[in-house]
Amino acid sequence: MIDFLNSIIVLLNFIIIPGLSYGSQLALGALGVTFVYAILRFANFAHGEIMSFGAMITILITWFFQSQNINLGILPTALLALPIGIFATIVLCLISDKFVFQYYRYQKSVPVVLAMVSIGVMFVVNAIIRIIIGTETIKFSDGQKFIMKAKQFKVMTGLNEGLALKSSQAITIILTIVLLSFTFWFLQKTKTGKSMRAFSDNEDLALLSGINPDRVVLITWMIVGVLACVAGSLYGLDKSYKPIIYLNLVLPVFASAIVGGIGNPFGAVVGGYVIAFSEIMITYAYKKFFVYILPGPLEPSGLVQLLSTDYKFAVSFTILVIVLLIRPSGIFKGRVL
Amino acid sequence: MKFERYEWIAISIMISLFIFVGFIQGWSVSLVILNMCIISAIMTMGVNISWGYAGVINFGVMGFLAMGGLAAVIVSYPPIREAWQVGGTGLGISLILLAMLVFAVMYINKVIVKKSSRYWINGVIIFLGIIIIRHFYLNATANIEDVNPALAGFLGGLGLPIIFSWFVGGLFAAGVAFVIGKVALGLRSDYLAIVTLGISEIVVSVLKHEEWLSRGVKNVIGLKRPVPYEIDLQNTDWFINLVTFLNSYKLNNVIDINDREDLLSNLIIDGSGIFVKLSYAILFLIVMLIIFYFANKAQLSPWGRMMRAIRDNETAANAMGKDVVKQHLIIFVIGAGIVGVAGAMLVTLDGLFTPSGYRPLRFTFIIWIMVIVGGSGNNLGAIFGGFVIWFAWIEAAPLTTFIINQLTQGLEPTNALKVHLLYSVPYFRYLFMGLILLLILRYRPKGIIPERVRHS
Repeated sequence: MIDFLNSIIVLLNFIIIPGLSYGSQLALGALGVTFVYAILRFANFAHGEIMSFGAMITILITWFFQSQNINLGILPTALLALPIGIFATIVLCLISDKFVFQYYRYQKSVPVVLAMVSIGVMFVVNAIIRIIIGTETIKFSDGQKFIMKAKQFKVMTGLNEGLALKSSQAITIILTIVLLSFTFWFLQKTKTGKSMRAFSDNEDLALLSGINPDRVVLITWMIVGVLACVAGSLYGLDKSYKPIIYLNLVLPVFASAIVGGIGNPFGAVVGGYVIAFSEIMITYAYKKFFVYILPGPLEPSGLVQLLSTDYKFAVSFTILVIVLLIRPSGIFKGRVL
Repeated sequence: MKFERYEWIAISIMISLFIFVGFIQGWSVSLVILNMCIISAIMTMGVNISWGYAGVINFGVMGFLAMGGLAAVIVSYPPIREAWQVGGTGLGISLILLAMLVFAVMYINKVIVKKSSRYWINGVIIFLGIIIIRHFYLNATANIEDVNPALAGFLGGLGLPIIFSWFVGGLFAAGVAFVIGKVALGLRSDYLAIVTLGISEIVVSVLKHEEWLSRGVKNVIGLKRPVPYEIDLQNTDWFINLVTFLNSYKLNNVIDINDREDLLSNLIIDGSGIFVKLSYAILFLIVMLIIFYFANKAQLSPWGRMMRAIRDNETAANAMGKDVVKQHLIIFVIGAGIVGVAGAMLVTLDGLFTPSGYRPLRFTFIIWIMVIVGGSGNNLGAIFGGFVIWFAWIEAAPLTTFIINQLTQGLEPTNALKVHLLYSVPYFRYLFMGLILLLILRYRPKGIIPERVRHS
């Protein structure tokens, strides 16, 4: 019985909690990508950099607050700075739309051209970030680091295995739940949300019914800004902030959006968790788990690891390719909002 | 082919840029930039063939370059016999098992018609197969990596002249492209972009972590050159005579015999560097012109016109009996192959293979900017884009330093803003690249040298 509990704790500690928090970050990112895809109809390669930009502003404001001795006690100061970061990210999105994307929207350019344009935006934002904050790794989480330390847990329960819960992980999960429920409530219940869904489903019909396309696009960019900034800041808070990472993060984010069915917000969220959990589960060494759960003679000698952790990154793409081969529209049928 | 007037202008701009740099910053710098420009131009032509001719998007440039680089290592590095002895059999067995697995899956796909049961049976077989293969494979690779890890630790190569690898690199990249194309080419263009980008990341991560094959993050250094080494040149008679002859005027002006000796040895050292770079440039230029010639021929041929038809109206081309899927695959493979050639040349020029150096920003997106800026669908445009963008990429740093110094002239040298700006000079090139791309897409969407559409 104790062995069984221990094995469960091992899974919780090394797979479920990290998977949930990483999955939440991916889900928020993928939701942003999916919004752009559903309303503006292009794959936004700049999304990773927008996330990074939001995180950067949050960090700068956090530094300012820290220098003024403003803090939230046990919670990280970054939470206080987040609203300003969100605001700045929305401004960035709106500026990029106004000066870049709008032109091609009015021209009714093909999606590939818009994707190319988004690469240009990616370069520019990337440069701005590097010029402002450099390329160093930045840790900006303060306050109480752990809600529960592995040692505390061991003492508390008397089990062999510890269960650690970082406050950044808890914040990630809670914020994600709040944001997701707000987004879905917004899409389903409010008039603006409904008009967005109509616009995504059939642009011409929506225009005929008197929906203002500019307003829909404006709201979309605002939602994208909020989601991107929160996702980027949470990722930075949880791991650490490094500008280069966000370019790599854009690939799993895309993978999540496509796996879930691009253009489908619910799919994007599920896709985020699918990608996160498969990345972690396929590269985790299950030796400890099997040592607890199997009787002595059956215990494995190797690490019982499907793929080495070096390939963590490749897993998301393999899943993407498999999903596209078997079910090209994604798990949930894409292109509806 | 005949060039239009603005195309001659473009060519003369390219040439004069290098002459300008040669006079300002020295011929050595100019030649270094020129070599990279030529390689970039070849990459750009590869992308241009698939994107410009047929509208097939290829964001996997980085992966194909890395495959070309791998080819350079495998062709030119001397074989490590010890590694073959300890790991060869294990690798052979796992390769045979892998082939058997693939055949088993193909057989099942043929025999079992029902889709759901096919997936399950395939899944189980692949899972079991991987477990069995891993057993042999991991043993073999661990043995290989234990052979003299500080210097070797991988299988080595064939020990042939590295120049062969340019061709082999093309084949490697084309092979990988064939597999990718089979899997992904049915997708819509923006999906295809993301999938190829992802697969290229997978290719690079395999090269980074499979140490038995490519030495991984430990890098392969000291690849043999196709051109002479500077140190050998400095001791050959004909080269010394050549330098003496070329600089006879300068040398005759120096009267003191010792001074003359010093000057001559300096000239020889400089000259040997330039000679090596010049030989590279000539080799690369030959490859570039060959590819340019055939790419143009192909574009003007019936096949090229068919490609344009497929690009401009896929449905109509299909209705006329053209096999769109097959042609897309062919052109994707050809484009990737040319990129692979450039990848092998890149490693040849550097003399080392660093898998961790392959980053999408530098090796995929910049190449795409070159294509878009130069003019997709026009090979000369592709070359021009490769030259101009690489030139801008290199010269962005000195230019930015100059601009920042001008703008902040009034500030003290220790001013925080000025120091910060000067510190972040290398990142301004990304800003330039992004702005160039955005401006071109906005005001000249067909590129600087647009495609010439011939009606015949």
